[in-house]
Amino acid sequence: MATVDVDLPHVKDEDPHHHGPAKGFGRWLYTTNHKDIGSMYLIFSLSMFMIGGIMALIIRAELFQPGLQLVEPNFFNQMTTMHGLIMVFGAVMPAFVGLANWMIPIQIGAPDMALPRMNNWSFWILPFAFLILLSSLFMPGGAPNFGWTFYAPLSTTYAPESVTFFIFGVHIMGASSIMGAINIIATILNMRAPGMTLMKMPLFVWTWLITAFLLIAVMPVLAGVVTMMLMDIHFGTSFFNAAGGGDPVLFQHVFWFFGHPEVYIMILPAFGIISEIIPTFARKRLFGYSSMVYAVASIALLSFVVWAHHMFTVGMPLVGEVFFMFATMLIAVPTGVKVFNWVATMFRGSMTFETPMLFAIAFVVLFTIGGFSGLMLAIAPADFQYHDTYFVVAHFHYVLVPGAIFSIMAATYYWLPKWTGHQLNETMGKLHFWLSFVGVNVTFFPMHFVGLAGMPRRIPDYALQFADFNSMASVGAFIFGFSQLVFIYNVIQNVRAGEKATAQVWEGAQGLEWTIPSPAPYHTFSTPPKVD
Amino acid sequence: MSKAFTLALSLLSTPALADWQLNMNKGVTALSREIFDLHMLIFWICVVIGVAVFGVMFYSIFKFRKSKGAVAEHWHENTTVEVFWTVIPSIILIAMAVPATATLMDMYDTSEADVDIQITGYQWKWRYQYLDEDIDFFSNLSTPREEIINQSTKNSNYLLEVDNALVIPANKKVRFLVTANDVIHSWWVPHFAVKKDAIPGFINEAWVKVEEPGVYRGQCTELCGKDHGFMPVVVEVKSEADYAQWVADQKAMKLAMADEASKEFSMDELIAKGEGVYQGACAGCHQPNGQGIPGAFPAITGSSIATGAIGAHVDIIVNGKSGTAMQAFKEQLSAVDIAAVVTYQRNALGNTVGDMVQPSAIQK
Repeated sequence: MATVDVDLPHVKDEDPHHHGPAKGFGRWLYTTNHKDIGSMYLIFSLSMFMIGGIMALIIRAELFQPGLQLVEPNFFNQMTTMHGLIMVFGAVMPAFVGLANWMIPIQIGAPDMALPRMNNWSFWILPFAFLILLSSLFMPGGAPNFGWTFYAPLSTTYAPESVTFFIFGVHIMGASSIMGAINIIATILNMRAPGMTLMKMPLFVWTWLITAFLLIAVMPVLAGVVTMMLMDIHFGTSFFNAAGGGDPVLFQHVFWFFGHPEVYIMILPAFGIISEIIPTFARKRLFGYSSMVYAVASIALLSFVVWAHHMFTVGMPLVGEVFFMFATMLIAVPTGVKVFNWVATMFRGSMTFETPMLFAIAFVVLFTIGGFSGLMLAIAPADFQYHDTYFVVAHFHYVLVPGAIFSIMAATYYWLPKWTGHQLNETMGKLHFWLSFVGVNVTFFPMHFVGLAGMPRRIPDYALQFADFNSMASVGAFIFGFSQLVFIYNVIQNVRAGEKATAQVWEGAQGLEWTIPSPAPYHTFSTPPKVD
Repeated sequence: MSKAFTLALSLLSTPALADWQLNMNKGVTALSREIFDLHMLIFWICVVIGVAVFGVMFYSIFKFRKSKGAVAEHWHENTTVEVFWTVIPSIILIAMAVPATATLMDMYDTSEADVDIQITGYQWKWRYQYLDEDIDFFSNLSTPREEIINQSTKNSNYLLEVDNALVIPANKKVRFLVTANDVIHSWWVPHFAVKKDAIPGFINEAWVKVEEPGVYRGQCTELCGKDHGFMPVVVEVKSEADYAQWVADQKAMKLAMADEASKEFSMDELIAKGEGVYQGACAGCHQPNGQGIPGAFPAITGSSIATGAIGAHVDIIVNGKSGTAMQAFKEQLSAVDIAAVVTYQRNALGNTVGDMVQPSAIQK
């Protein structure tokens, strides 16, 4: 990371052309301010996290015991589908965009995003996309029930009528993501402060730059695949209909060509966040800055050539299996480099364990466990036993919940004092951390066991030998779910009051964001800082 | 009240059979054991790497604390170390990929099979066709509805039991040709380490050679709609002699069934028989009481088809309705079953049409 020596410009709002925020609801509707838009993204993401979380709890409540107790199988499928879609597109992705909005301009010394009006637009179409998606729950035939991966022909010929609304919703989300990505690239490439060369950028900025390219590359693929579905459903084409000469497996290839880079869209910014937090609390520069950048870039490139490892059982030719197995195993190399670098950063540092650091350490450990199960899944012959079982559910929840979600929480606690001007309440922060940490592991670790023992995913009821671990997972899910109320309390409490935060906030923090006062003024870096 | 009662009952009936299996099944074929060994190999590789990495990390966490007076050092790069931990994992991975590829090649060798069986996934049942014999049947979940809705105690094979199991001979190479009729399913028996997607319009191949006779259970593993969780796979492996006997029995049964179809049935006989057929084949979608699920599956009670012309009623059951979840039942049900279920639907579930159809009139 850049050692930043800054000629601090006038950070106070002395310039008469700069106004504070407008009053009332209009401020939020018309705002082009990156901080306002960042906050809106984060609040939106938090509310989607809660809605998707309620769905998860409905799923876990039904799975608490064998037998059907609470919901019908069809509704259960709607819950698994909507939970996945909302968490991926509504919670994780907008949270990262929100953090990018808030932090990237500040971290590179820019006054705002490059395209502020588009920024407003890309946020404000999101709530409508999710209203459309959620409204399908109340339509005749119910919401989409074909899984978040919506494999054809279950999602075309055999889909409920609400699938058309789902397609429309996905298009809007995609447009929002593409606009967000264009904005981030334009900002990073054009608006860095003098002296902020690419290889001096904070890693959060770097990872987002690479993520934004991934988004631009694959969101149109997603748009393409849902459009082909739309054509099949309404206009008589047969892209995915074998009876008409189409190919159901084509759907999976196109979907996962989007889907695998999408997985990294949800984890690369997390790598960036963790690479900011660990050096701060280890009081030591990030080990191997440039190898971190190259590792992220190679993970991103590899993500385009591994998609069919999601499809080892579809009956690919042997050479296909072997190619995708090798390519997938390769990803472990740059990912390993990142983990080794984080550990090397801690080694011979001077560590303290404030809330953001606790989440970051938990991220490193638990994400690595998710990485290990990912490596196991890459072994194609063994994958025949793992595929579509709870082992996979355990794997991707380990990389997404204590991975992506913990990184978002770590980032929130890390930068919250900068946003609100109030120091964290460490006691409450640690309470949230420990409840979440225990809850996450009690929920997802037993899933490895039932998966290996043979429990398929996406089933509303299961054979008796899976009962004990399922009860355990359900208990964990409720602990994790309800402990997020502590998170909400912490955030609201911090916005309202608290000990005054200094500009530096954390003793070991480095970077431009710690040179401006806390809370960050409405306009920052109207005159660019000079970075040496 | 009744809901509370059911819930209480379900709590009481919590299985005593639940166990704490932690690992994958070793399985009963040479290939499944090979896969198990690969699984354990990669697992131990992960454990060793994990212990090393987390060991250094936790050592750092305990040793290099500010509260213990640790002062941060200033180095932040070391090319040798970075090259080392890029190259070493690459070598481990290549070492891992070699045996994995060898196993994969064995799995893909479906040549020289002794028995060929076509497996077709339907919403939500499996069809087994023995290509060398004239044997063709459907395999449905046989767990009673009362167990699923917690009104009676769950038996030890809860959700893993079927009316007609797939029967294969031991010590023979059995080749499966896997496909589907409607959506994508996936046929999985953990003890065989065979999991193949059943895809409409495609035929996938897999094979198994089981050494020991026995009963092996699995499930559909690709989300295929509402009752995805309720389409188990049961394979009965018989010794060669028992298998030959079973094949002969199947053929005799088939003749007996053809005989029955030419008989004349009374309305009461048909309705009584039809109720069983309805609960097995229709109630999954149209619901046990015939009310359907609004917006997804139409009701039978008062439906224009079940109360309209009997010819059209027979036709939709025999041929299905394309573009919907309504399947063609001509392959799945015998002429007797179709006649019975048509008669049942017209004269039960709140319908009182008063007519009936004989098996001999069913044109398949």
